[in-house]
Amino acid sequence: MSEQADKTLATDGFELHPDDRAAIQAELGHFEQPQAACIEALKIVQRRHGWVPDAAIPAIARELGVGPAAVEGVATFYSLIFRQPVGRHVILVCDSSSCYLTDYEMLRDALFDHLGIQYGQTTPDNRFTLLPVCCLGACDSGPAMMIDDDTYGPVAPKDLAELLEGYS
Amino acid sequence: MTDGTPGTVNRVRYRSRLHQTESERKAETHPLTWRLKDTGERVDLADYEAKNGYTVVKTALNGQSPDDVIESLKTANLRGRGGAGFSAGLKWSLTLRGEGYPRGYLVCNADEMEPGTFKDRLLMEQQPHLLIEGMILGAYANNSKLGYIFLRGEYIEAAQSIQQALEEARQAGWLGDNIAGSGFDFDIVLHTGAGRYICGEETALINSLEGKRANPRAKPPFPGQSGAWGKPTVVNNVETLCNVPAILEHGADWYLNLSGDRSSDGGTKLFGVSGRAEKNGLWELPMGTTGAEILDRAGGIRNGAKLKAWLPGGGSTGLLLPEHLDLPLDFDSIGNAGSRLGTGLLTVVTEEQSIVGLLRNLEEFFARESCGWCTPCRDGLPWSVKLLRALEKGEGEEGDIEILEMLARDLGPGKTFCAHAPGAAMPLESALTFFREEFEAGVGRKKGPAGVETVPLGEV
Ligand SMILES: Cc1cc2nc3c(=O)[nH]c(=O)nc-3n(C[C@H](O)[C@H](O)[C@H](O)COP(=O)(O)O)c2cc1C
Ligand code: SF4
Ligand code: FES
Repeated sequence: MSEQADKTLATDGFELHPDDRAAIQAELGHFEQPQAACIEALKIVQRRHGWVPDAAIPAIARELGVGPAAVEGVATFYSLIFRQPVGRHVILVCDSSSCYLTDYEMLRDALFDHLGIQYGQTTPDNRFTLLPVCCLGACDSGPAMMIDDDTYGPVAPKDLAELLEGYS
Repeated sequence: MTDGTPGTVNRVRYRSRLHQTESERKAETHPLTWRLKDTGERVDLADYEAKNGYTVVKTALNGQSPDDVIESLKTANLRGRGGAGFSAGLKWSLTLRGEGYPRGYLVCNADEMEPGTFKDRLLMEQQPHLLIEGMILGAYANNSKLGYIFLRGEYIEAAQSIQQALEEARQAGWLGDNIAGSGFDFDIVLHTGAGRYICGEETALINSLEGKRANPRAKPPFPGQSGAWGKPTVVNNVETLCNVPAILEHGADWYLNLSGDRSSDGGTKLFGVSGRAEKNGLWELPMGTTGAEILDRAGGIRNGAKLKAWLPGGGSTGLLLPEHLDLPLDFDSIGNAGSRLGTGLLTVVTEEQSIVGLLRNLEEFFARESCGWCTPCRDGLPWSVKLLRALEKGEGEEGDIEILEMLARDLGPGKTFCAHAPGAAMPLESALTFFREEFEAGVGRKKGPAGVETVPLGEV
């Protein structure tokens, strides 16, 4: 893995943005060991690129002074670290029990219909990526969903058109 | 992000719903919420200090020993609000501290992801200073040098609110060196997660904090002996820590009396209702309040429908029946009824809703969120999903129910590495006990020749 990753680095020439390097370095001070900043580093890179390309893994590893396998292992574990390009906006739909009991499946199907995509897919215009998510802690207003940083609930299928309009 | 003009956007933007007004919430009876504003705006440092905030940091750090603090918590019988109900005082008394031990860490578990749970969000978004104050006191009792708030990544507003409060607290000298002139140093770092329910399990959380995959660790050693980076580490839930300041301010007896003769567990609890009730939301009520009282406050079931079953505290607790509504909601009473208080937020299931469908949904969650470390959990949960999907469609086979029963047993306490699998088993077992006929109705076929094979995790 590490050899291959290093080759990717060489060929793709992925460089961490200087601001991101600074942000990652600032994180290091919060922990006893540099590996701990790994998740935050992945999130920093994701904030800039929208996702975490393979070539970013060795770059982050080098910045932290840890092996690329450790970073790769973490990057593939956590559900909010995206390893494929996503659209301009990410929709997270809660599929847990309280929302299930308040018509989650209707909302999900309406989203599939409205966007013409299924979970894990991005609309052809690259506007929305649709993903299921664990209980959003908005269970008293199910069915709940997030668009980027905004949490909504209860969302009825008829609300979708107007709601999505705000995200261009 | 949004331009704010469309009415829909504002109407459906999520807001916590605490259904008690400022005039109802008193310092003497509502220690968790009395400072909250009806507008839902954040209680900032000035508001918080104007309502007695941080006074107990001054008095405790200067006048009480760490052992005094721990004794108070024990007497108050404060039990962990993260779901397991372990005595906070007892946990703290077991932390390695003092001569020869390094100063360790105090970690606030703010990963709130248990299906049906939406209480810590309110406390963090609207009143982060209460949590910070509780953490300072906890750090003092446990000799922690640094605190971490491990916040789930999706709680954007809570992150902003906590970050602002940390700044305010540092500037006012409530965090940093020599807090309130006591000679005690402590600071807090906000760490935001990147998804996965298993991060809420306390040892998985420590691995995640260390920048590793969130697989749970073997216990012992317990975190209080050897946790983050091998140092003594105390992990407590947000709500647990938010209870600490008032206990030290008003005394353990006062706290114990809040629940009166309803319960031997002390204090109040953020209770709540979700599902198809008339008025979902949160209430701060004494420990031992009954499900009936809470459901009454929620206005009963929507459109006059009937209650069929309820989960007392999240997706990993066992289903209860309407006849259990008169039980006091506390750890022992609900435990004795075969379930768990869990997080104390009720999920209601109405007469026309399918128990098999609900269990299918719950086990899909647990299967997806298994960390994959041990076999019964990694393979057993997807198997249960496959059977439940078939039963839901009326395509179950003879013997499926018996396999589900076996799985519920094999995923029970003590059979797996962490409590994730037992949490998945509990609702399943209760459903098979109370609603067996609904499962039987899903058996449409005699057993086929191929038997049953497991499905790969990816499909779940
Ligand atoms: C799978 C799993 C998920 C958990 N998630 C959370 C959580 O999100 N928040 C929490 O406070 N406790 C959670 N817990 C419980 C913690 O392991 C631990 O008991 C708790 O944080 C201790 O704090 P307390 O004693 O103050 O309740 C979870 C446990 C398991 C097994
Ligand atoms: S019980 Fe499940 S979640 Fe817990 S360690 Fe085993 S596989 Fe992981
Ligand atoms: S179950 Fe959907 S927000 Fe909690």
